[in-house]
Amino acid sequence: MTDSAETPVIRMEVARYRPGEDAEPVFQAYDVPLMDDWAVLDGLTHIKDRLDGSLSFRWSCRMGVCGSCGMTVNGEARLTCGTFLTEYAPGPVRIEPLKGFPVIRDLVVDIDDFLAKLSSVRPWLVREGEEPPLTAEYAQTPEQLEAYKQYSMCINCLLCYSACPVYVLDPDFLGPAAIALAQRYNLDSRDMDDRFDVLNLEDAVWGCTFVGECTKVCPKHVDPAEAIQRYKVSAALRSVLPWSRR
Amino acid sequence: MTPRRRTPEPYLWLLFTGGGVVAALVLPVVVLLFGVLMPLGVVDWPDAAHLRALAGHGLVRIALAVVVVLCLFHAAHRLRFTSEELLGIGRFDRLIAVVCYGGALAGSIVAVRMMTYMS
Repeated sequence: MTDSAETPVIRMEVARYRPGEDAEPVFQAYDVPLMDDWAVLDGLTHIKDRLDGSLSFRWSCRMGVCGSCGMTVNGEARLTCGTFLTEYAPGPVRIEPLKGFPVIRDLVVDIDDFLAKLSSVRPWLVREGEEPPLTAEYAQTPEQLEAYKQYSMCINCLLCYSACPVYVLDPDFLGPAAIALAQRYNLDSRDMDDRFDVLNLEDAVWGCTFVGECTKVCPKHVDPAEAIQRYKVSAALRSVLPWSRR
Repeated sequence: MTPRRRTPEPYLWLLFTGGGVVAALVLPVVVLLFGVLMPLGVVDWPDAAHLRALAGHGLVRIALAVVVVLCLFHAAHRLRFTSEELLGIGRFDRLIAVVCYGGALAGSIVAVRMMTYMS
């Protein structure tokens, strides 16, 4: 493909950080074709393929499923595969790594902290007592599925962490996605845990001040803010009525 | 597994939510009546004797005390987190919490005493 003279261009200002080379992140500008069907991620791929092969960023599926390509686009946490360049025409558009995370290189951030938090909430079906045989089906009614389905849509893209002012101020906060995913299992009729020991902590649900930005930026329409407030009700009732579980 | 640590947050949050619900239900009606409709003459002002008789009833006093106490704790919780986050002074959480909830507790004691001894 050659860029014809008529193709308009848009300037992308991309945050660069090359460890050992840059003392701090700097912006580098690239002019890329402004195509109607190009997402921000297509612009970045164009830069890497044609203009500057040293640019680093994460991506995989290009269709809003894998959750790898979350970045800060003009100050807002977005999935770059679902954000179109035309939205920012005539430009320039600024691409930065997700806020609130240490930068490894360019647009790539370190998400180890989130992965540790996620596994701390036991994000799997916890069962007690005798297990049915592996071939047995555990049927659920549509209502039982609806109770947790929304939270199961999370793709761990971390836009909610990046948008959460509580997390950015206090990195010990368990955070929106980990709590929403804990609720995904808590509200599943097959699960027998309530994760009270890891959620009823000052740095877990009680750290949330219900700003609601997590829900606003979620590309999968999960409502982490609601998940947290619902767990606050459960945890408060369980604290007042110690004999009540779930 | 982390040891189970008791936190006062669930109880403080219940007072905060209770205060939010009560404030949202009761205060707009009071403001509408005493701040808008009565000054505009849409609704007649109640006379003092009528209000005094109303406030003289034990149940009304208990209800008033509950509204005032919950609203005070709601305000304390909000002030605590708003000041900590807007001013970036979260590291003094314990002190700020003591000042905010202490203020709410003091206000509650005054309110309950007024409801008890008011004639």
